Amino acid sequence: MASQPNVSLKSVSKEKAPVIIDRANFDALLQALKKRGYQLVGPTIHNNAIVYDTLESAADLPVGYTDRQEKGAYRLEKRSDKACFGYVMGPQSWKKYLFPNRLKLWEAQRNNGSFSITPTEPQTPRYAFIGVRPCELTAIDVLDRVLLQGSYVDPHYQARRKGIFILAVNCTEPGSTCFCASMDTGPQASKGFDLALTEVLEKKRHYFLAESGSKLGEEILREIPCQPAAEAEIDSAAKALEKAARSMGRTLDTAGIKELIADNFDNPFWDRVAKRCLSCANCTMVCPTCFCTTVEDTTELAGDKAARVRRWDSCFTLEFTYIHGGSVRQTVMSRYRQWMSHKLGRWYDQFGISGCVGCGRCITWCPVGIDITEEARALRESKKRSELK
Amino acid sequence: MAAMSDPMVPVIYRVEKFQKETGDTFTMELSPAEKKSVFRFKPGQFNMLYVYGVGEVPISISGDPTHPNGITHTTRAVGSVTDAMNKLKPGMAIGVRGPFGVPWPVEEAYGDDVIFVAGGIGLAPLRPALYQVLSQREKFGKVILLYGTRTPEDILYKKELENWRKRFDLEVFVTVDRATGDWRGNVGVVTRMIPRSPFDPHNATAFVCGPEAMMRFTALALMDRGMPMENICLSMERNMKCGIGLCGHCQMGVPFICKDGPVFRLPRVRHILEER
Ligand SMILES: Cc1cc2nc3c(=O)[nH]c(=O)nc-3n(C[C@H](O)[C@H](O)[C@H](O)COP(=O)(O)OP(=O)(O)OC[C@H]3O[C@@H](n4cnc5c(N)ncnc54)[C@H](O)[C@@H]3O)c2cc1C
Ligand code: SF4
Ligand code: SF4
Ligand code: FES
Repeated sequence: MASQPNVSLKSVSKEKAPVIIDRANFDALLQALKKRGYQLVGPTIHNNAIVYDTLESAADLPVGYTDRQEKGAYRLEKRSDKACFGYVMGPQSWKKYLFPNRLKLWEAQRNNGSFSITPTEPQTPRYAFIGVRPCELTAIDVLDRVLLQGSYVDPHYQARRKGIFILAVNCTEPGSTCFCASMDTGPQASKGFDLALTEVLEKKRHYFLAESGSKLGEEILREIPCQPAAEAEIDSAAKALEKAARSMGRTLDTAGIKELIADNFDNPFWDRVAKRCLSCANCTMVCPTCFCTTVEDTTELAGDKAARVRRWDSCFTLEFTYIHGGSVRQTVMSRYRQWMSHKLGRWYDQFGISGCVGCGRCITWCPVGIDITEEARALRESKKRSELK
Repeated sequence: MAAMSDPMVPVIYRVEKFQKETGDTFTMELSPAEKKSVFRFKPGQFNMLYVYGVGEVPISISGDPTHPNGITHTTRAVGSVTDAMNKLKPGMAIGVRGPFGVPWPVEEAYGDDVIFVAGGIGLAPLRPALYQVLSQREKFGKVILLYGTRTPEDILYKKELENWRKRFDLEVFVTVDRATGDWRGNVGVVTRMIPRSPFDPHNATAFVCGPEAMMRFTALALMDRGMPMENICLSMERNMKCGIGLCGHCQMGVPFICKDGPVFRLPRVRHILEER
């Protein structure tokens, strides 16, 4: 494995006066959110995987579980302790709430030769996201840039985004497919949250160090039992996070990555990885930043009602680039290359940020175990080799 | 109206006129179902047209931008949506979203010779630019239209081409891939007309639209004449599901064809003509 990247952690800020919430009072925090009308959504266990779903209380969290992730492998296991957030993440990201997989955009009604269109009103459900990982926070920032900051805005995303409360949880135990430290997105959340917690489990104590990132976050803290954090508590949270940054399962060297990809479009490397890729689109379905969609036009049997549904799409499908006469990206090679070069290269030019936040989902959920960090390394090596020739 | 502000929601228009151009190509004139809005567009922009219950496709606006009453589209029926569109009749409704996209840089060509190179249905997206150039004719040097199509039966806008041919301030050259009937004109691909075309390559702008292979060879032929790449403008075609930079389908490298194009100067899309 390549050398670890230099990580500079923002020390847990003292100005913002972090507070301590004892494990016993953690549920009070969730109940305070509920009282304000938020629907809690967060990690639960479904079919042996972590799945974000409705929570009633802290008791619904996968307490005492962890996830083992590897290339093409995912397994839940019992932990020896009662950590509330002792796992990394499951296949689905928060994108499913902000940018649903299927969304009816409008309905049309036919009446004597003409038709009228009724758009779906954008919804603002009041979700409190419980346990957003730092990389996933950045993924939300990425989606904001794509869907809110261009010349056109997606009104549905905009409305949904408005209603969200974000409770981030820093990562003290990164998974083996994680590489957020390389992508500068974790293991500590620096912005974009209402509250950020660091879970600390000591021999005799179990508590959360909490920082607020918004007015609303501050108010919530005032409503629940907590006390100002002592120096020692802040230090032990900071140490845990530093250790986490050093123990990332994977690394990806981002130095000059955009140019590396742009300059190596014809490198035979792409053919090698394409030989293994099944073009199954799993990586794009689990990715928290992929935003591509298609539309389906339907009519009811009688034909007097029609509708358009928007759903997630993937650049790995052949139809994605279909134009009259055939698809533009015919080969698996060209589709894999589109995916990786978009994520790690062109995204910077399009949206001023990387399209990959280092969450590792695409590595875990690839059925043949293709690993974006290994492939980025292989591309770099292959370029070096060709320079030596 | 809320519906107007959502760029993904079509506005209802009515087919005013429906005219067959050739065996598979037709021109429609559309006007808003609820009379009020004037539709303004720039040459080279496109609309997303929705046929009730069938689907939505990008179609360039082919009408006159200097007379913005109604919207004109010229479409070739090639598949499910365009076939259904071909069955519309005057009075029927159609959904319209647009106009979208970056136009032909007509004003930036003031003072230049202007050379239009069209292949097949590619004449439709170029026609508004030609209208604009002709409406400000004194601002340009020579104006030339090179138009290639499959057979004489596939020639679009026949009447209009005849009128254009009669003008002294516009040179029109038409060629067909395959002569049929009593065709006496040019035979061969449109790129073959470029070497002997009477324009000053160092002081000209080219507007090119047609199948990608045709555009590639046209660009090469223009560069052979010494035309700088920067002065060659192309209109690109990619699968489009939104037209507004959100669905991701039309990305080719960094550019989104729908919002950064469809019209590009060649240096920006040179890779596209090669990339797969
Ligand atoms: C910016 C732009 C301007 C265009 N202007 C014109 C025009 O003025 N006149 C004209 O006749 N055609 C034009 N086209 C091409 C036209 O959009 C396609 O012929 C049309 O989408 C075919 O759809 P279909 O359902 O009839 O065909 P099918 O083959 O049944 O297509 C199925 C689906 O594939 C996609 N698709 C197929 N072909 C194309 C294509 N060539 N481009 C983009 N998506 C495609 C569409 O999403 C379509 O719904 C333009 C395309 C673009 C991108
Ligand atoms: S990687 Fe593919 S599916 Fe994901 S955003 Fe880019 S083009 Fe879309
Ligand atoms: S590309 Fe892979 S590691 Fe990067 S954000 Fe997407 S799923 Fe996560
Ligand atoms: S057509 Fe949807 S992004 Fe260009």
